Amino acid sequence: MELTHEHEATRQSVLKWIDDKVNPHVDDWEAAGIYPAHQVMGALGALGMLGVSKPEKFGGLGLDFSYAAVVAEALGSIKSGGVAMSIGVQTDMCTPALEKHGSDALCEEFLRPAITGEYVGCIGVSEPGGGSDVASIRTTARKDGGDYVINGTKMWITNGVQADFCCLLANTGDGPVHRNKSLIVVPMKTKGVEIARKIDKIGMRASDTAQIFFDDVRVPQANRIGEENMGFIYQMEQFQIERLWGALNNAAMLQRAIDCTIAYTRERQVFGKPVLDNQYVNFALAEMQAEVEALNALNWRGVEMVVAGQDATRIATMAKLKAGRLARTVADGCLQFWGGMGYSEDSEISRIFRDVRLTSIGGGADEVMLRILTRYMGIASD
Amino acid sequence: MKVLVPVKRVIDYNVKAKVKADGSGVDLANVKMSMNPFDEIAVEEAIRLKEAGTAEEVIVVSVGVKQAQETLRTALAMGADRAILVVAADDVHNDIEPLAVAKILKAIVDEEQPKLVIAGKQAIDNDMNAAGQMLAALLGWGQATFASELTLDGDAATVTREVDGGLQTITVGLPAIVTADLRLNEPRYASLPNIMKAKKKPLDEKTAADYGVDVSPRLEVVKTTEPPVRSAGIMVESVDELVSKLKEKGVV
Ligand SMILES: Cc1cc2nc3c(=O)[nH]c(=O)nc-3n(C[C@H](O)[C@H](O)[C@H](O)COP(=O)(O)OP(=O)(O)OC[C@H]3O[C@@H](n4cnc5c(N)ncnc54)[C@H](O)[C@@H]3O)c2cc1C
Ligand SMILES: Cc1cc2nc3c(=O)[nH]c(=O)nc-3n(C[C@H](O)[C@H](O)[C@H](O)COP(=O)(O)OP(=O)(O)OC[C@H]3O[C@@H](n4cnc5c(N)ncnc54)[C@H](O)[C@@H]3O)c2cc1C
Repeated sequence: MELTHEHEATRQSVLKWIDDKVNPHVDDWEAAGIYPAHQVMGALGALGMLGVSKPEKFGGLGLDFSYAAVVAEALGSIKSGGVAMSIGVQTDMCTPALEKHGSDALCEEFLRPAITGEYVGCIGVSEPGGGSDVASIRTTARKDGGDYVINGTKMWITNGVQADFCCLLANTGDGPVHRNKSLIVVPMKTKGVEIARKIDKIGMRASDTAQIFFDDVRVPQANRIGEENMGFIYQMEQFQIERLWGALNNAAMLQRAIDCTIAYTRERQVFGKPVLDNQYVNFALAEMQAEVEALNALNWRGVEMVVAGQDATRIATMAKLKAGRLARTVADGCLQFWGGMGYSEDSEISRIFRDVRLTSIGGGADEVMLRILTRYMGIASD
Repeated sequence: MKVLVPVKRVIDYNVKAKVKADGSGVDLANVKMSMNPFDEIAVEEAIRLKEAGTAEEVIVVSVGVKQAQETLRTALAMGADRAILVVAADDVHNDIEPLAVAKILKAIVDEEQPKLVIAGKQAIDNDMNAAGQMLAALLGWGQATFASELTLDGDAATVTREVDGGLQTITVGLPAIVTADLRLNEPRYASLPNIMKAKKKPLDEKTAADYGVDVSPRLEVVKTTEPPVRSAGIMVESVDELVSKLKEKGVV
């Protein structure tokens, strides 16, 4: 895909903003285990970067997904994966279904402020009982008059502590498990929503991750996204964008891992020469670069399919899988060349190493990606 | 009134410059280039004047290679109204000297009749700190260099200047040339809507010949060298050893 001057200008504008306004603060946010999401989203929203491919009708720019992809990559230069992920949740994980299937009134109420950055959103799919088997979630939304009454627990919810609304998946029917769920927008200040705890994690530390109880939470049925009992299908659709975003952002973080490792090993002397001047080291880095480039190619193939309006599930699934695999080998491989510094808390590489480890788990584990792919190949065992 | 802002495409301030093997200059092949940071400040100041209703139009000009149009697009995305690109070189390594730039700018000023020119105080590539001053001389206009604050009042500009001893405040009659220092303002980031709008803003392409200016260099670069590398230090075991080493070196 040929990127235009405007794509490049978008990337440069985001990178500059990150350099000046975000990266100077990330160490504090990592230490605090949370970051000022409203403030950061507000600033990014003012630059138009939260509504890149969202409809103009609700304050978005209506550009094709390639622009959003450029932003996803640019956010990889935030020296805290958690901040980037939180923004990704807002733009490409909790809003795609709302944008596509939500009523105008619902979009007006929640999508518009998510685009300006006034609201922070979260996506509530996973539960304590399991995240891989989405069809088996337990949360229910029972109809009562014009409302839904929601009961259940959501787990691992990114932005959960600070969010203004949650795009929640709940059982709304008794039919087969893929046809009995709905996506419902729940304002987080509604009575009965309780943040049970903020989960302590090995990485993505600046991102708040919550366990959330829903106890007789009442929201109007008008808050349902699209048709009733179509939620599982909508969520599977929404996952494609989430997974592509994850792969794009991850690739950029891995590029940063390689770049900072080159810079470090060029300066660091061992046995009378820079670490980098060992062919063992520079060959390994070249190999990793080739793999990241291959991931980029796969990512952009997925982006092109989305732009062309095609179903990108297969490619997005592969991209997410490869991103997860490379997250482990590249981050670990780079960290190794930092010696003791790589194992210390204050090096750039150690944070990348911890942050990208999530890629193989969040948004569907590697094994879930493989399961999807075996179906495409007609070799699934279940 | 119109405000004219000259902008230069230079090596990005984050890039570690490398000298070309033949020592003729800094290697710019495949190197990230950006708008000179002081020019960005100048553009920002001009846009603020427009937003405040003091200026009607902000025109940005760049003299250099064709790729400088990217720099102009950046300025348009920040909020400038139109751009003039003066192609004066076809190789990025061919830097146009301040006097030639000033002559071209003078021709453009004669044509456009701005009441104010805001330039960066210097370009970070060769730190000449000359084009603004030369332009003032060629036009016979007043100049206020190293501005850290600018207020317009009728036909005069009050400018606070960063000078060695502190701050100096002067008043210059318009038309005038102001050159921007680091603390004049904090330039904005181009927003996505403005990046898309910039696509449709006019960008005129001219050549140095259109203005009858000879851009051939008058200065000769004799040699360019990397700054000397700091040699590695040594570890000493004790204060005694430190003192004796310092004595050896003749520093104490
Ligand atoms: C930091 C973080 C942020 C998150 N943010 C969100 C969020 O915002 N919203 C949200 O809804 N969820 C979120 N999640 C949850 C995430 O999507 C789940 O953790 C993920 O889907 C895995 O589910 P699980 O943790 O329940 O693991 P389980 O479902 O218990 O799976 C455990 C492991 O079993 C293996 N496995 C699973 N299925 C198969 C199979 N078919 N064959 C073989 N092996 C298999 C995999 O290795 C998997 O890792 C987040 C998670 C984390 C850690
Ligand atoms: C938690 C922790 C506890 C420690 N405890 C102790 C302790 O109690 N006592 C102590 O003395 N030390 C200790 N160390 C230091 C540890 O032994 C060193 O970190 C280790 O030897 C690597 O040295 P370095 O960190 O200086 O890395 P460097 O020497 O800078 O090496 C960096 C990297 O360069 C690469 N490299 C090095 N040589 C070559 C080569 N010839 N060819 C190719 N690649 C090469 C390797 O990948 C290496 O990891 C500890 C370190 C840590 C992290």
